[in-house]
Amino acid sequence: MRVRLLLFAQYRDLAGTSELEVELPDGATAATLVDVLRSRGGGFERIPAAAAVAVNQEYVSPDTPLRDGDEVALIPPVAGG
Amino acid sequence: MRTWVTHDVIDPAAVLAEVGAPEHGAAVLFLGTVRDHNEGRAVVSIRYEAYEAMAARVLAETAAEAAARVPGVRIAAVHRVGELRVGEVSLAVAVSSAHRAEAFDVARHLLEEIKRRLPVWKEERYAEGDRRWLEGQTPPVPQEAGR
Repeated sequence: MRVRLLLFAQYRDLAGTSELEVELPDGATAATLVDVLRSRGGGFERIPAAAAVAVNQEYVSPDTPLRDGDEVALIPPVAGG
Repeated sequence: MRTWVTHDVIDPAAVLAEVGAPEHGAAVLFLGTVRDHNEGRAVVSIRYEAYEAMAARVLAETAAEAAARVPGVRIAAVHRVGELRVGEVSLAVAVSSAHRAEAFDVARHLLEEIKRRLPVWKEERYAEGDRRWLEGQTPPVPQEAGR
């Protein structure tokens, strides 16, 4: 499956990109995606393993299964207000 | 209830005008503004970045939850994104209700949830010319897979 990944703030700076398509094995979860990204190197490895994940604009638990076409975002610690 | 995310200057009077009712005797307006210092350093501006579609959604959710605390309460909330200079308004929350205690309570509750959950980040820009993403709070995520 392929998902659309969005990166923001510090995570975007680490990765050097704000958006990319990621190919994942069937059965992949939010945690799988973070692992796959971290293993790419090139700055991705500095994204925390415990990074918060949102799928289709909702926060999800790490064991949430992903589906083809999902919009997945890695959410750095938030600092609104 | 009205909530939104904007790139434009926030007009506090317009946010306040979104709330109020004949049966309401209290209206609270909170403004978050850019401060000229943080952790001992002189701040020139803050660049606010948001996952805008999700921020709009979370802002609406948090406001709906806050509204559920007190029947009849009215709420308006707006968060700005982009580069804001010292003194500019980054966040405005207005709440009206029959009595002041509920208005303050609902406004305070909503503010805390916004800070905990809204996917917004701030990069401070300092007088010396450097910049830094501020440390934030880890947002609460569900404990179990929801799908």
